[in-house]
Amino acid sequence: MKHAISEPALTGAQRAMLAGRHGDGAALAMRVVVRLARALGADRLITVDSAHVDGCLFHGQVGIDLVERLISGGARVAVPTTLNVGSLDLLHPGVVRGDAGERADARRLMDGYVALGAEPTWTCAPYQLTERPAYGRHVAWAESNAIVFANSVLGARTDRYGDFADICAAVTGFAPRVGLHLDENRAGQDLFDCSGVPAGTFAADVAWAALGHLVGRRSGTRVPVLTGLPGDADEDRLKALGAAAASAGGVALFHAVGLTPEAPDTATAFRGRAAERRFEVTAADLRAACGELTTAPDGRLDAISVGTPHFSAAEFRALAALLAGGPPFDAGIEFWISTSRAVLAEAERVGDAAICRRAGARILVDTCTYIAPVLRASARVVMTNSAKWAWYAPTNLGIDVVFASLAECVLSARAGRVVRDPALWAAS
Amino acid sequence: MIGIPLSPGVTTAPLLLLDEPLSFWGGSDVATGEITDARHPQRGTSAAGRALAFDGSRGSSSSSTVLAEQIRRGVAPAAILLRRPDAIVALAAIVARELYAIEVPVVVLSAGDFDALPRTGTVTVAATDESAEVRIEEAGRR
Repeated sequence: MKHAISEPALTGAQRAMLAGRHGDGAALAMRVVVRLARALGADRLITVDSAHVDGCLFHGQVGIDLVERLISGGARVAVPTTLNVGSLDLLHPGVVRGDAGERADARRLMDGYVALGAEPTWTCAPYQLTERPAYGRHVAWAESNAIVFANSVLGARTDRYGDFADICAAVTGFAPRVGLHLDENRAGQDLFDCSGVPAGTFAADVAWAALGHLVGRRSGTRVPVLTGLPGDADEDRLKALGAAAASAGGVALFHAVGLTPEAPDTATAFRGRAAERRFEVTAADLRAACGELTTAPDGRLDAISVGTPHFSAAEFRALAALLAGGPPFDAGIEFWISTSRAVLAEAERVGDAAICRRAGARILVDTCTYIAPVLRASARVVMTNSAKWAWYAPTNLGIDVVFASLAECVLSARAGRVVRDPALWAAS
Repeated sequence: MIGIPLSPGVTTAPLLLLDEPLSFWGGSDVATGEITDARHPQRGTSAAGRALAFDGSRGSSSSSTVLAEQIRRGVAPAAILLRRPDAIVALAAIVARELYAIEVPVVVLSAGDFDALPRTGTVTVAATDESAEVRIEEAGRR
């Protein structure tokens, strides 16, 4: 066994919080943090700079009971705290269908988190907001794609937080000193050599999501190191890579050599150790990964969903450029963009949102098309450029998916059926 | 056998040994405790009131909420035996105990003890914050 039960060493301030000196709510949150620390074998707690809370998505009364116990106990978040998607689009009421009682419960849960002092950001991509964790700082972030982005792209440090742990860390400002907070657990374990993939292949966004899917399937919850990638990947490509690796596997930290902060070179990424496993990635592997993310044959198409994780301002710009001046979408196709209210405000300001709407796109904020009933009930085949959406939707929504590039989404939306871009893999 | 307590409680319940890990979110019915994951070999079995033994959870961190909600509704496992420490499972039991004073003991067994669990049997779990004892009676062949 990895550890015997032992109490984490607490500071005087931490013991005071546990004893109720900051109120019953903070004491409850501290008991949860300390018991979690015991369960995971942490020797002590660490201070966190910020928190990102996933627990605002409604799954049952217990969520409401916890947040309202914290509120009635006088708790407030102790660090800047952002909120992940909820179960409703508060800016566009009526877009999310479903039972009125459940919608009321979902609203009560979302309101409760705001009452605790968290920021109503309602986004799974908090790294697109202005305030971001600094390199090397400890944070308590929940939501798998946000966790992998914070660790890998920002170089901040968060363990895999989820429901309950996230808000209790936010209220106390502390988290167990375990997992990816510790240097030794951030060393690379698996090597993925991508130098055999033709350089042109990575000019397509879809290749980054496919690579993430492949890495997640092979690495599971281990720490992969990727070499041989072009050095100019932007944050949206790293977002797609990380989100796919987190959902298909459970990757919470990757090192892309030459691209991410803890991987200026391969030796640093492995912290001087040897790779435990090696994989040579080929263009055929990436094509196979795309195939795994598609469950429907080319042909019928009912809807398109982009922006899981949430669409960025740059992605809005790219979509608007594909749409400007072109024909509108086929009337039989629903085209959904999932984004945050902050990014939407920016896309409205620069005019990209209007271009997308004019073509027929609908915009969803505060929630996401795969966790809230938004797509029309008759939608059976849905195209997406998100590997995460493609991975979860067949199970969550019981529908078939077609994984495709953003350009293919546009071509298909106009045609009203699946249209493939023959140029997509031409460079490989 | 002696285990490590992740959350305390005392109970006696029939054993349900899972052949694969389980994600409570998306893998079990929040209202009944039935395993619903289409890919799980024990799909259709109910974990409600059973001493559920499995390696550890998999999948979404929303599993904490689903398991805690099952505890609130009285359809959760009566006890959980793990092969490795698991934050998602521990958090569900910790929070349900805080909110509802319902104790579902969560105990980590050594790999040797876990692998020696029988296929069926009645399990008595007695876990405090400091120690955990697990006794198997009427064991069926693994």
